[in-house]
Amino acid sequence: MLTKRIIPCLDIKEGRTVKGINFESIRDAGDPVELASLYAQQGADELVFLDIAATNENRKTFSSLVREIARYINIPFTVGGGISSVEDASALLEAGADKVSINSAAVRNPKLIDEMAKAFGSQFVVVAIDAKKVDNPWIVHTHGGKKPTDKKLFSWAEEAQQRGAGEILFTSMNHDGTKNGFAIDALSKLNQLLSIPVIASGGAGNMGHFMDVFLLGKADAALAASIFHFGEVPLPDLKKYLKDRNISIR
Amino acid sequence: MISIIDYGLGNLGSIVNMFKKIGYQSQIIHRPEELDQATKLILPGVGAFDTGIKHLQDHGWLAPLEKKVMVERIPIMGICLGMQLMTKGSEEGKFDGLGWIDAYTRKFQPASAEVKIPHMGWSKADIVKESKLLIQKNNSERRFYFVHSYFVSVNNAEDELLRCNYGNNFTAGFERNNIIGVQFHPEKSHKFGMELFGNFANNY
Repeated sequence: MLTKRIIPCLDIKEGRTVKGINFESIRDAGDPVELASLYAQQGADELVFLDIAATNENRKTFSSLVREIARYINIPFTVGGGISSVEDASALLEAGADKVSINSAAVRNPKLIDEMAKAFGSQFVVVAIDAKKVDNPWIVHTHGGKKPTDKKLFSWAEEAQQRGAGEILFTSMNHDGTKNGFAIDALSKLNQLLSIPVIASGGAGNMGHFMDVFLLGKADAALAASIFHFGEVPLPDLKKYLKDRNISIR
Repeated sequence: MISIIDYGLGNLGSIVNMFKKIGYQSQIIHRPEELDQATKLILPGVGAFDTGIKHLQDHGWLAPLEKKVMVERIPIMGICLGMQLMTKGSEEGKFDGLGWIDAYTRKFQPASAEVKIPHMGWSKADIVKESKLLIQKNNSERRFYFVHSYFVSVNNAEDELLRCNYGNNFTAGFERNNIIGVQFHPEKSHKFGMELFGNFANNY
């Protein structure tokens, strides 16, 4: 049976990881390849690299970083940030990415999902959705969560699946950064609605949150950043914790 | 030299890098003429079955590859779509497969909401026959990274090397004489991928 996946996410700016990183075993904390290798060694199931300052000037730097990552990392990885065309995605595929995630560009032009799935296969296309629960509906936001849109989480996720997305990466803006746990209710509803895997993001603060997100939220994968980077939840400990509680983990 | 066939589908750098990491040299070959130097072959591939066959055809690989594999009998490993191309055909397409192995490629039927398609992620594969490819005994930790919506079903049970269950049992690896196919991506499967590539490089 398939295992639940644990995915550290690295934010990248100009080819370097941002946010302080707290690992004694790492010589250069800003070097994404070195950090990623460590995570792979520790049993990360996949990695996500987000180009947070995605601009045209930066695009080349990011591509060459992706090439470097593909050279040294022997687990699957997704790259995202500012991907807005089949050509952008193609360059990243060529550089060695296993998947790309698209967010704002897909909201702006949903056909992009169809085009990318057709060109590269659904397995290559992760649609990332940032949403915020405002009163009742979950409102989809773009531009790193800055811009509310007229889309709602559940209908947009279904549309993305229909158009050929291979996975949905859902970040709850209400939970992100709180370290109070994932958006369990929304996740379990997404799992019911969709037949493609859902990656949960936003809110991880301790090991119990991962158990909840898999057992109650029914997520296929869980993504987190700072708790791994700062060593608050070491990956090997987390994997053991989940295994001990009979969650299927690699 | 281990030669990795580039027929225009998928990124091959990670295969080269995986071999390099475990101390073996390999090279990507782009033209059928380069097959001459090959002592072992990797047939990778990501994407649709018919596209794969068509690319092999259009770039002139079919006959020289057939000679290398079926006449000279050099060891070859098909990965993912590469494995499926080695079968007689696929429910995904209408073209004939390479037909090197008596097997057919079928589509997963979703068994329940728990079994999502594609089968994407880390799954356990059990060794079902003795092989130089995987010497260590079955190990509950031995998981490989899979991404696929179609699977191989062998007609001769003795060809099956690795079996996986995802909704139904399927052949995660086959081996017949010099012909090996694996459904997962060894180049993305960390230490167990390294074990498998190391054995392919060393024992064949």
